[in-house]
Amino acid sequence: MNLVTAFLVALLAGMVLISFLKGKGKSGVFFAAVLLLAGMSGVPAWQALSGSPVEWIFPGNMVTGEIPLRLDALSAWFILIINLVFLTGGMYGVYYLQARSCTSDPSLTYPNGEGTNSPPLGGPGEVVHYLSFLLLYASLIALSVIQNSLVFLIAWEIMTLSAFMVVIYEHRKAETIKAGINFLVQSHVSVLFLMTGFIWAAVQTGSYDFASLGQLEQLGDLNNSPDNSIVFIILLFFIIGFGIKAGFVPFHTWLPYAHPAAPAHISGIMSGVMIKIGIFGILRMLLILPVDYTVVGYLLLAISLVSGLFGVMQAIVQHNLKKLLAYHSVENIGIIGLGMGIGCIGLGMDNPLIASLGFAGALLHTLNHALFKSLLFFAAGIVYKATHTLDVEHLGGLIKKMPQTAALFLVAAIAICGIPPFNGFISEFIIYSGLYNWILTAPLVPAIIALLMILGLVLIGGLALLCFTKAFGIVFLGSPRKEPDHEIKEPSFGQLLPLYFTGILIAGIGLFPQLFIRMLMEPVTLFTGDTTLIPSTALSELSGVLRSVSFAVWGVVLVTLVVFAIRRVAIKNNKSAIESSAIRNPPSALPTWGCGYTGSSPKLQYTASSFVRSYRKLAAPALLIRQHRKEVSGIFPTGGAYESHAYDKVEKWLIDKPVTALQSFMSRFLFFQNGRLQSYLLYGILFIIALIFIPVIWEQLVWLFDFLKNL
Amino acid sequence: MLSFLLIVIAALFFTGIINRTKSIFSGRKGPGIFQPLKDVMRLFRKESIYSDTTSFIFRLAPSVYFSSVVMAMLVVPFGQSKGLISFSGDFIFFAYVLALGKFFNIIGALDTGSSFEGMGASREALYSMFAEPAFFVLIGSLALLTGYTSFHEIFAAFHLGSPISYALAVLAAFVIGMLMMIENSRMPFDDPKTHLELTMVHEVMILDYSGFDLGLILSAGMLKFAVYGAMIVNLFIGIFPYQYAIPMFFAIQAGAAIITGGIESFMARFRMSHNVQFIFALTSVSLLIFFGALLILGKFS
Repeated sequence: MNLVTAFLVALLAGMVLISFLKGKGKSGVFFAAVLLLAGMSGVPAWQALSGSPVEWIFPGNMVTGEIPLRLDALSAWFILIINLVFLTGGMYGVYYLQARSCTSDPSLTYPNGEGTNSPPLGGPGEVVHYLSFLLLYASLIALSVIQNSLVFLIAWEIMTLSAFMVVIYEHRKAETIKAGINFLVQSHVSVLFLMTGFIWAAVQTGSYDFASLGQLEQLGDLNNSPDNSIVFIILLFFIIGFGIKAGFVPFHTWLPYAHPAAPAHISGIMSGVMIKIGIFGILRMLLILPVDYTVVGYLLLAISLVSGLFGVMQAIVQHNLKKLLAYHSVENIGIIGLGMGIGCIGLGMDNPLIASLGFAGALLHTLNHALFKSLLFFAAGIVYKATHTLDVEHLGGLIKKMPQTAALFLVAAIAICGIPPFNGFISEFIIYSGLYNWILTAPLVPAIIALLMILGLVLIGGLALLCFTKAFGIVFLGSPRKEPDHEIKEPSFGQLLPLYFTGILIAGIGLFPQLFIRMLMEPVTLFTGDTTLIPSTALSELSGVLRSVSFAVWGVVLVTLVVFAIRRVAIKNNKSAIESSAIRNPPSALPTWGCGYTGSSPKLQYTASSFVRSYRKLAAPALLIRQHRKEVSGIFPTGGAYESHAYDKVEKWLIDKPVTALQSFMSRFLFFQNGRLQSYLLYGILFIIALIFIPVIWEQLVWLFDFLKNL
Repeated sequence: MLSFLLIVIAALFFTGIINRTKSIFSGRKGPGIFQPLKDVMRLFRKESIYSDTTSFIFRLAPSVYFSSVVMAMLVVPFGQSKGLISFSGDFIFFAYVLALGKFFNIIGALDTGSSFEGMGASREALYSMFAEPAFFVLIGSLALLTGYTSFHEIFAAFHLGSPISYALAVLAAFVIGMLMMIENSRMPFDDPKTHLELTMVHEVMILDYSGFDLGLILSAGMLKFAVYGAMIVNLFIGIFPYQYAIPMFFAIQAGAAIITGGIESFMARFRMSHNVQFIFALTSVSLLIFFGALLILGKFS
């Protein structure tokens, strides 16, 4: 029995056991299954990452042909990321589901009806959730290795459906179902593009094996198409198909719905790894398809820059914490895409340094984003569970109730802004290095483009800072904006454990980047391998630079610690000196300064909306804010109100408008659907008649025209 | 190492010179040059009082802010002598480590739950966001011009090519000078002497700090001035030998301080609502430098 069969058997056994076990054992079996799958896929992946790729070939059947599973360094890198996030997510999920169901006590009702919507623990909802979770996990791993397009599409479909199932866990909420269906539809648009791309390629090459895609170029030459435009169009299909999954603008509109609707561990997994499978797909196609890398590079740069900027610009104005994070996924996908674009351009220029900087940055940022985004979502889940709301305007002061969660959120927030000493800085640093190295060697127009990219990346960083100071500051700092009607407390250590684990990894990558860049050696060489004789020089140069970066980052941490220690000692000394000179006992805490006004209330605090107000006014052309206001008027005003909702301009123009237009067009044919069985039978008969006679008539017409021509 | 010492020495008198200039322009005798330093030393010995809304973030923020400036300082070279930390791409570290300080400054302000400090925090976040592109584009153009990607190498090779680069250096000095004003919240972007919380930017963020923490923030500000001053110096000294470079360093630092004082004496602050546009306009000056660099390299031909 080889490893693949064992993997599938373990999956099936886990699923069967979960379905038939009763009581508390389920979650145990579930987590054991996740562990087992992670071990079985992680060990060969680790070996592949250190330079020994594996290949399994299954005979398949006459439809699919041979099914090759190839585990190379690129697959291995993504498998390890998937394992990491699924392990932490699975562990967190077990606690999350239990804690959620505690609040489903019917006596606890909240004004907006939240908290009562999760299905009871131990019921079918939980079982289905666990099963879909395992399926999602297995399908993601399968997608990383399967190299037969038909089987790939099947695995893709399994992933989509199981993801749908886990998203709609809280299916009693109408919003959740709506978000789930939105996700399902958009995912299938993605499937449509992928299917077209794969089948087109298969028609050209006559095989479903990914490896045969590489021969497209020769075929293009045979057909006398010198600019291999077919390959490019096929790649375009793949970029759109995978881009929908990855969430590149303008294909991102499902993300801000699906992420907030899903339970927190699923949001973390979706944002952390599921959208990355889109990135993986694009990378895999870049690796296989013989394309003009320069053109693809510019294309990727363009859509990535737009995604990055648009994502973060939308994120800032969101009120829902998870929606904010979802838009940040779009931003980070943009950053990853920038890295890939630079890598492609480096390949096009035959410059291994730029190419490896670009791909290394992209791959490292994929890992980094998986880590800090899952941590952010997990922390947001804890906040949701404790307060039963995700509206940042109602939150505040949580740091005093749950300091550990707040600290973990802070770590991830600093990391996602790309600020040292955490991991986000490292990957952004590598991408910046790629851009600056590109500027040095580029002629006029590419230099200007590279400069634009730098400008964009800097703006993304600055906007992210604005966004996460808002998110952290408003949610965790200050005092509560709405008094909670129940006690808020820190969750148990067991639930915080996966968060701590992720946090340690985030700090680890930030402090020892040279270790992780060594792991990237193999996957990056896959891309740059054939452009240079000694492929690793560029990377070893990078790892030398990263050693200095590591020193600098350590410096930040150590200097801060030293300053903080001095501060502590000094404050203690000052205090004792003042107390010993004892004219008065100094108060150690007083209310916040309010310009002499002492009747301060939490309502006077700065809110999230006011914090970003000046930004919102500046960015107004790119945003779509719907405002409802009721002015205060008259001599005896009865009260005013103001509400603002951020909506997505892309969604309005790309999704809403065409769909409404299509609906109004289709509604003209509503009379067909009259509900009478007789008519439907008639339609069927008409269809069959048309099917038979149209070709016949066509033949006759052709014959007639030929006849007339001959005359 | 040399740059570290020089910057610390310059920081000692920079703010003092600004205040002295302002007092002379307004016809007062004014305090001595070392008065700001004495103020900080006094603050270091005073007791600290904290708002009861605050958490550990508020206590941690000044330390992080101070050490971020110290780390940024370590990256800045002095002519031919490297900074303590130097690697290709170190200017990215420079900008981002300063961003770390800003991040903590902002969340420190939000930690007080005040109705004013959020305002300052919001403005600071917005201004720094729009100021950063100017810096990155500026360094990008210098990197393009010299072919290197670390502060030390860029500054050492800046004037080796052609003397036209001095024209670019003047423009670059303007950009860095303006960045210095933004980073330190000085005129014309922010008025440190304003007495109305609603019109403050930086000052309102640190309203609740006292004692040692306030001392840390003030001394970080002093260091920041000297750091940006040192960058301006670096634009001009290139590979001058030390006996000229060191006097030039102090002359330029003093000059920068006097100009800052002069601006504060004679200019009004920009309108708050238009500040962002003014700041972003700096990027276009940086773009001028970029096109200048392209011209010098003959990439247009």
